[in-house]
Amino acid sequence: MSAPLHIAGRELRSRLLLGTGGFARLQALGDAIDACGCELVTVAMRRIDAAAQGSLLDVIGARGVDVLPNTAGCFTARDAVLTAQLAREALETNWVKLEVIGDERTLLPDAPELLAAAEQLVDDGFVVLPYTNDDPVLARRLEDAGCAAVMPLGSPIGSGMGIANPANIMLIVEAAGVPVILDAGVGTASDAALAMELGCDGVLCASAISRAADPVAMAHAMRHAVHAGLLARGAGRIARRTHARASSPLQGMPEFAE
Amino acid sequence: MIYVNGRPTDGGQNPTIRDVLLAADIDPDSAGIAVAVDAEIARRGVWPTLTLHDGARVEIVTATQGG
Repeated sequence: MSAPLHIAGRELRSRLLLGTGGFARLQALGDAIDACGCELVTVAMRRIDAAAQGSLLDVIGARGVDVLPNTAGCFTARDAVLTAQLAREALETNWVKLEVIGDERTLLPDAPELLAAAEQLVDDGFVVLPYTNDDPVLARRLEDAGCAAVMPLGSPIGSGMGIANPANIMLIVEAAGVPVILDAGVGTASDAALAMELGCDGVLCASAISRAADPVAMAHAMRHAVHAGLLARGAGRIARRTHARASSPLQGMPEFAE
Repeated sequence: MIYVNGRPTDGGQNPTIRDVLLAADIDPDSAGIAVAVDAEIARRGVWPTLTLHDGARVEIVTATQGG
């Protein structure tokens, strides 16, 4: 298999991270974890329902994968920092997928709040993986703040619109000294493959898998897409050309009678 | 009156966080839960001793499905 991904000194053999949101049944989540081969799955922090206690963590634990708590739904640095601290207390991990969104309609990151939260969490000893815009300058600022990776969106969360600005993703990859994980917008396997071909180090998928007609089959497809994209990146694609270039020789063409 | 996950709750005289968890039918010794009081984290170690003032806002959270 491909070379492992290293984030903050941790080795991940799978370059696909799975978001647990959107699965209609926990059984499907468990089966998708197996099918995609991931080692990290995201979870959100919400008010406890005493009747439903523990079942999600039981499923994740039984599959032998680790949780990556997120701060989804937070609009301010203050709320995101507190949510990360609660996650660290509840789940005994100092890793956090940092999300600070600007509005509910787009779910796009709020850049100033995101950067402020990242700085505070790094100071507090967290391994911070920020969900960020496809903005090379913000990605650099997050890296400078000490984030362990940057996770630019391909397009808005849950939109399935793929990678809206591949040129910006390439600029982020070119400049980054930390892993770049494409997060959000993936709709199908070709989007994940493209992310890897652009030079991303990994892909995080939730809705593309959990809301597919057959989530387990899509998890399987994503696993192969990420691997295929990484291999293609290493293989070196041909340059794009304006005009055709025959692959069959012109020399030796038979001349047929009129 | 205190507020537990947004719900007004009569916690009695100076309840501790542990008291509040037990009253909500949550095992304080179970893994995977965390508590904030008035927008500050209350670490597990203080649950048996930290008493809640009238009007305290207690948030009890755990992991749920999310991307």
